Amino acid sequence: MSTLVKQDNIGDLVNQPVNGFDSLRSIAKNSFNEQGLPRLKSEEYKFTAITKKIEASISNFSQASAVEVSMESVNSATFSGFEGAKLVFSNGVFQPRLSDEIEGVAISLLSANESIPLGSIAKPEKDPFAALNQASFQDGVSIVIPKKTKLAQPILLLFLNSISEGQIVQPRIWIEGGDFAEATFIEQTVNLTETSLFVNKVVEIKGGINSHLHYYRIQNEGKNYIEASNIETDIQKDSTFSTVLISLSGDMIRNNLSLNILGSNSEGNMYGLYLLNGKSHVDNHTNVDHTVAHAESNELYKGILADQSRGVFNGKIFVRQDAQKTNAFQQNNNILLSEDAVINTKPQLEIWADDVKCSHGCTTGQLDEEALFYLQARGIGKTQAKGLLLYAFAGEVLEHIGDEAFKTYCTKLVEERLGAKF
Amino acid sequence: MLSIKNLHASIEGTPILRGINLEVKAGEVHAIMGPNGSGKSTLASVLAGREEYEVTEGEVSFNGKDLLDYSPEDRAREGVFLAFQYPVEIPGVSSTNFLRTAVNQVREYRGLEPLDAVKFLTLMKEKMKLVEIDQKLLSRSLNEGFSGGEKKRNEIFQMAMLEPKLSILDETDSGLDIDALKIVSNGVNQLKSKDNATIVVTHYQRLLDYIVPDYVHVLYKGRIVKSGTKELALELEEKGYDWIKEAVDSEATV
Ligand SMILES: Nc1ncnc2c1ncn2[C@@H]1O[C@H](COP(=O)(O)OP(=O)(O)OP(=O)(O)O)[C@@H](O)[C@H]1O
Ligand SMILES: [Mg+2]
Repeated sequence: MSTLVKQDNIGDLVNQPVNGFDSLRSIAKNSFNEQGLPRLKSEEYKFTAITKKIEASISNFSQASAVEVSMESVNSATFSGFEGAKLVFSNGVFQPRLSDEIEGVAISLLSANESIPLGSIAKPEKDPFAALNQASFQDGVSIVIPKKTKLAQPILLLFLNSISEGQIVQPRIWIEGGDFAEATFIEQTVNLTETSLFVNKVVEIKGGINSHLHYYRIQNEGKNYIEASNIETDIQKDSTFSTVLISLSGDMIRNNLSLNILGSNSEGNMYGLYLLNGKSHVDNHTNVDHTVAHAESNELYKGILADQSRGVFNGKIFVRQDAQKTNAFQQNNNILLSEDAVINTKPQLEIWADDVKCSHGCTTGQLDEEALFYLQARGIGKTQAKGLLLYAFAGEVLEHIGDEAFKTYCTKLVEERLGAKF
Repeated sequence: MLSIKNLHASIEGTPILRGINLEVKAGEVHAIMGPNGSGKSTLASVLAGREEYEVTEGEVSFNGKDLLDYSPEDRAREGVFLAFQYPVEIPGVSSTNFLRTAVNQVREYRGLEPLDAVKFLTLMKEKMKLVEIDQKLLSRSLNEGFSGGEKKRNEIFQMAMLEPKLSILDETDSGLDIDALKIVSNGVNQLKSKDNATIVVTHYQRLLDYIVPDYVHVLYKGRIVKSGTKELALELEEKGYDWIKEAVDSEATV
């Protein structure tokens, strides 16, 4: 591995030599230099001053190298109840030694297979952080699930961060599901140190025909945690792709999620729940692109914002001219629990086909006082009544988590956060 | 049991209740009637502890305790039950979970052991029979998509579960068809005892054929302007409120 040089600013990462994928890196570097880091002037980042945040919080703009992690800390980091295979990352770098092998699934370091078309799904020109990652990531993982392979158990992508030198972490993941493949992925991050860090993650997911892939995530990070993630998937004919993201804490988090619907009779589902307090800032930018007829997308993002937290939701839906008979649904609902909490929500629909069913709606309100009084009038204490109502609001997202153990884990954290214990 | 003295309450600075006096003893049924907007629901809400209403004068004692000092939940735990005129729909909160939480919090306050799942279900089944409420309804979210009549029936079911000392039924009869009215009234009558009391707010004499009141009061412009026995309800049914309004309004102008 190359020695990592201390950088003065995060953009200099692209000038740092990293081995492998030379031409893809140089494409990405050019793309990054063209785009520059997003500032508030950039339309896509106008509510999320992430560059400023990084510059103010990160003092060592170099990548943290992987550190020794014991199997013990892997096991204790794993959420309780998890049953399945683990793929472990240390400071963003894939660690085969700590990871499980999965029968019938090809798992390898990206550096071991330079023919992988990185950036063909999450294209570097679409987002500066995607470009930055592609230009400078250290080493990631490729997970190839062959045709007709149905994984009975989920795969946990476990990101362990332990920061001493260098505060940038750049995981890179390539997932391929063959035709008729079925698999569930769960993302969990555990920060073993409290040092500020910036995680810049890219996950590309290439689904085959009639593939059924699920991708669940939780963001329950420390108050010095900054993240930008780009997750993008190509969805083929007769397939489903579903994702659920539960965001509970962190300093500033920007999630870009893109679904490209490339085959008919397919379905893309995006669910998100953000429960924010303190000064946490979570920005979800989603994008679903209907390019063919007879496909469906469902999107539901819900937020509960307390204290001085801030949420951003931007949901783009494109329905191309050929995408007749598209059903696309989008909903974003927010509850503000404090006067200082802010939500910026914006649906963005561009519909070029004429025979489609599309709906979107967003609501922002306070806790329903009528409902609260009703519960209290039946003898339920105010705190618990609030918890019941908020949990009912949040539950609509949680119920889409298809892995029982992960659902239980998330539910417990959400209940704790909302003060709802039943 | 309940003693209301010179109760004044306002909302956003507008006085709505303007000197209510009412004594309710254990074992009694009181009916409160009166034209729309006269303050009947306001009185019910103030008794249940709704915070939007500001009590500006007067006192309410409930079994010797100063009711106005209690939070809404503690009033319920002390035994005050309000069957809402417009029960609230609460999506995502299961009727069963809600009721178990309510019953057990009320029990805890009263120094009783919480009911386990089995005992709770047994109690629920028993009370469901009383108001002939369908199990299917209770497997849904609280009041969500319930018809008007179903909501009212659910209120009485909750009342049966919580075993209050004072029940205030705010127009529980409106929206009920005649069969449902009989069932609900029958439920209320079965829950009646010499130790508890009921206040029924209604516009219709027909309810009072089933739940027979000991006293009937007419509320108008935030005051009880006339009280009588069940014959008063018959008289109102026949003559309307105009004669009472006129009497009160002319007095006021003098
Ligand atoms: N939140 C509020 N803001 C302003 N005025 C209110 C509010 N709530 C009630 N009022 C007013 O208080 C008065 C009494 O209302 P209330 O609901 O108590 O009447 P009611 O006797 O129950 O009538 P009904 O027979 O129609 O149910 C009405 O004039 C009503 O408009
Ligand atoms: Mg009323």
